Amino acid sequence: MANVQNTTAAGAGAAKSPTATNSPMAIVAPLLGWLLPGLGHFIQRRWIRGLLLMLAVFIMFFAGLGMQGKVYAFNTGDLLDILGFVGDIGTGLLYFVARVMDWGAGNIQRAVSDYGTKYIVVAGLLNIISAVDAYHIATGKKQ
Amino acid sequence: MTFELSHFTAAVVFAACASTVFGITQRNTTREMLRYGAYCFALFVGGVIVAAWAMWLLKH
Repeated sequence: MANVQNTTAAGAGAAKSPTATNSPMAIVAPLLGWLLPGLGHFIQRRWIRGLLLMLAVFIMFFAGLGMQGKVYAFNTGDLLDILGFVGDIGTGLLYFVARVMDWGAGNIQRAVSDYGTKYIVVAGLLNIISAVDAYHIATGKKQ
Repeated sequence: MTFELSHFTAAVVFAACASTVFGITQRNTTREMLRYGAYCFALFVGGVIVAAWAMWLLKH
């Protein structure tokens, strides 16, 4: 309950300062944060946070590839594959690099490969959370 | 490059990375971030251990 009140209060505070939400940083920070994990924090001088977020997303992504996880393609017509793609695309440039380099073919013969697929999807989802956090810092909702 | 992680190691690596992101993004001060990150990590790993024992009991 206390968290809800704090969030509401912070939201009201942000609404009173339209300059923060309209500033270029409010657009650039989450966009860069999505493209390269942690970059949205780096450009706002949150060096340690940015580095930790970058490490977390990179470790999950490359550990997923190392376990021969699957990188989903854009549209295979399967709903679950589309959801997997939405998660994967959250990794930003890492996803495009993986597609260009033809990484992440998947290997259904290994049990750990399925873990790898989930690692890659979750890396993307965590990166989206990080990008939203960069937006909150840019708008002044968070320090 | 491929490597083989055990199920438990994979769960711990997952927990460490997810807890790091949760801690940083869901709290405001450094102290709160550390506490929340540790809390999430304990819940992740604790959940894995509880689930593992539950499956062991179901099997036996």
